[in-house]
Amino acid sequence: MMSKIKETAKVISQEMLAGDIYSMWIETDIAKDAKPGQFISVYTKSEARLLPRPISICETGYINKTDGCMKNDHNDAGSQNALRIVYRIAGEGTREFSAYKAGDSVDILGPLGNGFPLTEENDDSDAILIGGGIGIPPMLELAKALKCNKTIVAGYRDADMFLNKELEKYGRLVIATDDGSVGTKGTVIDAIRQQGVTGSVIYACGPTPMLRGIKAYAQENGMEAYISVEERMACGVGACLGCVCKTTETDDHSKVKNARVCKDGPVFKASLIDL
Amino acid sequence: MDKVQNKQNMSVNIAGVTFKNPVMEGSGTFGSGMEYSEFVDLNRLGAVVTKGVANVPWPGNPTPRVCEVYGGMLNAIGLQNPGIDTFIERDLEFLKKYDTRVIVNVCGKTVEDYLDVVERLSDETDVVDMLEINVSCPNVKEGAIAFGQKADALFNITEQIKRKAKQPVIMKLSPNVTDITEMARAAEAAGADALSLINTITAMKIDIHKRTFALANKTGGLSGPAIKPVAVRMVYHTAQAVKIPIIGMGGIANAEDALEFIMAGASAVAVGAMNFHDPYTTVKVIDGISDYMKRYDVTDINELIGCVG
Repeated sequence: MMSKIKETAKVISQEMLAGDIYSMWIETDIAKDAKPGQFISVYTKSEARLLPRPISICETGYINKTDGCMKNDHNDAGSQNALRIVYRIAGEGTREFSAYKAGDSVDILGPLGNGFPLTEENDDSDAILIGGGIGIPPMLELAKALKCNKTIVAGYRDADMFLNKELEKYGRLVIATDDGSVGTKGTVIDAIRQQGVTGSVIYACGPTPMLRGIKAYAQENGMEAYISVEERMACGVGACLGCVCKTTETDDHSKVKNARVCKDGPVFKASLIDL
Repeated sequence: MDKVQNKQNMSVNIAGVTFKNPVMEGSGTFGSGMEYSEFVDLNRLGAVVTKGVANVPWPGNPTPRVCEVYGGMLNAIGLQNPGIDTFIERDLEFLKKYDTRVIVNVCGKTVEDYLDVVERLSDETDVVDMLEINVSCPNVKEGAIAFGQKADALFNITEQIKRKAKQPVIMKLSPNVTDITEMARAAEAAGADALSLINTITAMKIDIHKRTFALANKTGGLSGPAIKPVAVRMVYHTAQAVKIPIIGMGGIANAEDALEFIMAGASAVAVGAMNFHDPYTTVKVIDGISDYMKRYDVTDINELIGCVG
């Protein structure tokens, strides 16, 4: 099992991608073991803001030793030492993070959670990767890691999009917007139906109503769906039982139908979760 | 290693149980130590205090169960736990591997529930050093808090548990009472071996964007640095009121905080919500107390217990 690290890491770069959406590259060994769908806990510098902010890993990369430049492709030597988070300013904690500049320190812990399943049988599948809003970022690393045919469905509020140019490099990109300014007007499921997206397996991250829709869609179409669930967290490591979600079966850890999102998830088979 | 450090005694005694140092963690913030053992060497802790365990599995409350507030957090987990069978097989088996004291936190809905668990743990004296009785959780409707807010009910349950228990009994007190010293005296009179305080303070947060409660349970328990001065005051007053030892807790973030509790009269301290802010808090508190003792030439931590005044 890979080990978790808590460390004071260094910010490599920070940029605003869209309104309230920021991208931060961080130099850290956490990147070495990180899998798509895992997350890190980011700690604010104030004890008045006690709890870490769980933020999904958008992608990993490495700093090239010879030229000192950031590379976001996968390093053959397996020495990934940088990771990127793309996050929305949701309150004072994330606002603090957005003000960090290159060279600043940032306290992080990770990699946390289980991540999306990456098996060899995935290679023969036709995957639909679905991200809704701030659930889009983890789809980038997943798109990079999956070798199979991919359709990436991204749901935005409006034309103020982010990561779309990067996602396009890894598969067919289908867009849904709430206001219809780009792509299909409506939900990601509307876009899948309207734009004729087909596949054999779904990977998704986004708000609970979207995940509920995806679970139903997957059931209707006899597809397997892996969904990344969001819940308010405290410890982030599986100790406090703050972030549980309802499961259809009793699990080994809780002995009741509650799985820990931070430790047993955040990725679950949709059929095993009661949304 | 310098001489001062060699001479330094950090061990404390609570109800006949010796702890290598006075630092443990607060029940419910650390599981049974499994998850935090990836960060903290559990052998360094004075004790591991487990999350509350009942006679049968409890599902806990609906989510959201936690939220942040200024200087702290609210929780309404509702004492989710896998029940005593799994706890003995898995959690106690895990804790056996470590050279630290084990305090098991016990919860229940009825007196019989508590007695069930206490009885099961009486066969585990080789690994369980003390019992901490949770009569102060503000987040479950039946039982629990009902025993901790009325002196006669607290006396009654303490007396019954004491009759069954093979290990020394710590009663964990609620701050959600008019006079905590009245509760402390009742527990002492019923034979409690020690007290731990404070549990969380009942509180509420409203999400103004959603115009609803931040927690599904509406109310939750406030913990974290925000409650520390309240907790220090209660430990001090309780220490004045009873002769049995006290484990002090409430917002301890560093050694300075821990020393306040010790000087107010606590024989040991527990780190709670701050484990979430920094998983290394417990060991930092231990090292910080040691540094303080060196700086002020204190050779025995026991000199500091209740030294204020």
